[in-house]
Amino acid sequence: MGNFIMNHYYEITAVILFGIGFISLLLHSNLIKKIVGLNIMDTAIYLFLASRGFIHGRVAPLLIGTTVPEDGVYINPIPAGLVLTGIVVSVSVTAFSLALTQRLYKKYHTLNLDEILLLAKKEVSK
Amino acid sequence: MNNSTNRPQKPWEKFARWVNGDSTPEDSVLRRDEFPDGRKRVAQPEKMIDGTAVGRIRRFRKFYLAASVVICCLFIALMLYTVSEMPPYGAVDVPTNNEVAEKYIMDGVTETGATNIVAGMILDYRAFDTLGESTVLFIAIMSVVLLLRKDKEYVNDEEDLRILEEQRIQEQKPNVALKTVAFIMIPFIFLFGIYVILNGHISPGGGFSGGAILGAGLILYANSFGFTKLRKFFNFKVFTAFTSGPLLVYAGLKTYSFFTGANHLYSIIGPGTPGMILSAGIILPLNICVGMIVACTMFGFYALFSKGEI
Repeated sequence: MGNFIMNHYYEITAVILFGIGFISLLLHSNLIKKIVGLNIMDTAIYLFLASRGFIHGRVAPLLIGTTVPEDGVYINPIPAGLVLTGIVVSVSVTAFSLALTQRLYKKYHTLNLDEILLLAKKEVSK
Repeated sequence: MNNSTNRPQKPWEKFARWVNGDSTPEDSVLRRDEFPDGRKRVAQPEKMIDGTAVGRIRRFRKFYLAASVVICCLFIALMLYTVSEMPPYGAVDVPTNNEVAEKYIMDGVTETGATNIVAGMILDYRAFDTLGESTVLFIAIMSVVLLLRKDKEYVNDEEDLRILEEQRIQEQKPNVALKTVAFIMIPFIFLFGIYVILNGHISPGGGFSGGAILGAGLILYANSFGFTKLRKFFNFKVFTAFTSGPLLVYAGLKTYSFFTGANHLYSIIGPGTPGMILSAGIILPLNICVGMIVACTMFGFYALFSKGEI
């Protein structure tokens, strides 16, 4: 157990962060807090990807003062590219959902999802 | 069938009838308004709020709470189990460090000419992916424009009027400290952003980070000197041109590569001398395009969310 924690502490932190984000996405009825939960989940994914790309004793894949790469010096560059994609998609999704939330607030004057659903139902049944 | 409904049934008989298709569980078990012995169902009126039964909502809330906690715990346990099966953190001989990463590191400089291997990867080998990212940003800002942009000729909403009034008051305030600091800081912020974009292929950074710095500079300018002053050189027309134009330029510069299945036909702009500012083929123009899109998008999000217009 101790060995497991010592070998995987970044991944375990990422999983716990993911859980925190997921539970706040599910349990909060405030739409802004739901979006914050989604963002915490995204951050957990970045941490996980970055920790998978790391190799002990190696440096970032950047040639400084040389143009000939050496084998066994640089960490894996692929997770960096994947995290970049993740950040862009996360920013876009957050902006889009916040815009929708702002429109909902302007219409119903509340951010509580349950109240919004009740009000929308009332509006339909009228 | 009529006979069988009149006498009380054992559960397995009901089940057999349901399996045979003679009845459905809804009409025979759950919902019966008239019972065989003449009793009638007495309707129990539930307390209603806005057309919805309170008891049902309360029961659903309880079930939802329990179910979400259970699902979350199961999910975490499953993921922890998966993590425990993975190779340890920081190990060398793991499946993710395969020949793809080695190819990018060993051949990246000679093939793309970028000493920043990540930049060479995302803007040359995986340029299609980055085009997709820029398109995602473009679509996001366009949907936010559609959702939040206000009609200038139709301002009779109370909130719109309040925002306009606030904006007027804000721009009349002297704000000496903010304006002085911004006056000193903003040129350096823009310079640093442009530096990060232009050196994307030889140092850490690139279009995304440099664009975010430029966007932050624009936001600081708008906050300290007011949107009216900013609109003199950055209005909606400029914004549209600076978001859609670079996307088209990017697609045009990289199309030959996509159409040939990323075979990399001979290009007039070669990799050049790695480490120089004018090297690495078309990675530098691609970085500039991405930087422009990101800067406009960041500022556009801020302007639309706070004022509802650019």
